[in-house]
Amino acid sequence: MTDRDERLQTILRLIEEFNKKGVEVTEATRFAQDLEWDSLTVMDFVAAVEDEYDIIITMNRAAEIETVGQLVDAVGELQGSASA
Amino acid sequence: MTDPGLEMTAQAGRPSVRGTAPDLFDKFQPLIDQRAALLAGGLTDPFNLVMERVESPTVAICNGRRTILLGTYNYMGMTFDPDVIAAGKQALDEFGSGTTGSRVLNGTYQGHRECEDALREFYAMDHAMVFSTGYQANLGIISTMAGKDDYVILDTDSHASIYDGCGLGNAQIVPFRHNDVEALEKRLKRLPADAGKLVVLEGVYSMLGDIAPLKEMVAVSKEAGAMVLVDEAHSMGFIGEHGRGVAEAQGVIDDVDFIIGTFSKSVGTVGGFCVSNHSKFEILRLVCRPYVFTASLPPSVVATAATSIRKLMSGGAKRTHLLENSKRLHGGLKELGFTLGTDEPQSAIIAVIMPDLERGAAMWEALLHEGLYVNLARPPATPQGMTLLRCSLCAEHSGAQVGEILGMFEAAGRKVGVI
Repeated sequence: MTDRDERLQTILRLIEEFNKKGVEVTEATRFAQDLEWDSLTVMDFVAAVEDEYDIIITMNRAAEIETVGQLVDAVGELQGSASA
Repeated sequence: MTDPGLEMTAQAGRPSVRGTAPDLFDKFQPLIDQRAALLAGGLTDPFNLVMERVESPTVAICNGRRTILLGTYNYMGMTFDPDVIAAGKQALDEFGSGTTGSRVLNGTYQGHRECEDALREFYAMDHAMVFSTGYQANLGIISTMAGKDDYVILDTDSHASIYDGCGLGNAQIVPFRHNDVEALEKRLKRLPADAGKLVVLEGVYSMLGDIAPLKEMVAVSKEAGAMVLVDEAHSMGFIGEHGRGVAEAQGVIDDVDFIIGTFSKSVGTVGGFCVSNHSKFEILRLVCRPYVFTASLPPSVVATAATSIRKLMSGGAKRTHLLENSKRLHGGLKELGFTLGTDEPQSAIIAVIMPDLERGAAMWEALLHEGLYVNLARPPATPQGMTLLRCSLCAEHSGAQVGEILGMFEAAGRKVGVI
């Protein structure tokens, strides 16, 4: 499994706790439209991702992330910059 | 009112002056539908109440009915104070109805200076800057203090004016879980040590009426080299030894860089302010756009504010009575079986949690029929999607009124079936 695959699996696991509607989640799933998360749920979820990876995802950055796949990539980038 | 127009504009391909462009109002359709459904049942519109006459800080006439006011934030009951009113009338006579100008051009009168003097004395701080509203004070200070490469770290339950201050500026925004010291500390540690940081906190959070653990939060913020702003809108005049707020009560006011406040609560008029001890504070008057590019407060407003602030410095008896009222209402509502926002009364706000918006609105209306006004608060203004009946007490509520209020809650609660 590549690092990216591992990140995807971890993020899918973190999504489950907030996926109250039981939506089937893929990389293309959109947080607002498909999971129907409101802004407060998004903030709670982002905090969980931040704590899992010991990173900061600013609201500015989070606003640009629409899909699960984009989040997986963003976390990879932020991890890279944190350890650099 | 029917709205066939709205339905029709949503139909794709319908010829109109906009061509294929959507009606810009379409984005509000879910809210329009939700409101229509709520009002279709004959409910009084909770967001369109008119106070026909106002008799005192605690009583108004609404829909022809004498109504006890329990949702005004008029904590210290200063709106009808004879000295305050006299000061306003005199200023109106001597300085006219308005300044028609910005604070930095023709809009600073003697009264604005005196108002800032009163604030500096009240808070024992070196600098005070008066804005036209409390909303603009947060908007202005946050957007101006935090630049592009700086970070604003804020509680997720922050007031709209704080979020909007972040939106107006271009800093990096980092939210942390409500009142969670560890979440704040973790995030501060993850930020670059050499980046500018502004931690934004509130003394009292207005939705549930809970207070912040400022002692711990200010300490971890200072350790990370951050500047700290505390919004004390809901504590001025009655929390802390001198009424300076939760930061004073918890002994950390000297470590707070900016205190934001408002005249539209305890002070009893309208306006906002920031006080600070920072030696370079005065430069903000030239660079803070929500301060510069708007007209200053009318002379009568700053005169009433200055008089009220000075009277709040010696409002000991009122303070005690307000806190007693809060305790009694909190205890009484709890005993009746209502679910409240906090286990113990922490401020002069008591939030009654409703099971859903429908029953919340029905309860709000039943209380209004009993002769009681409270605030109906609902998402997205509320945390965790809650519907709240928010009560704020006033030092002028008599013991008898608090008794009446409890009776009204009992009657309305049984009628609607929430207790």
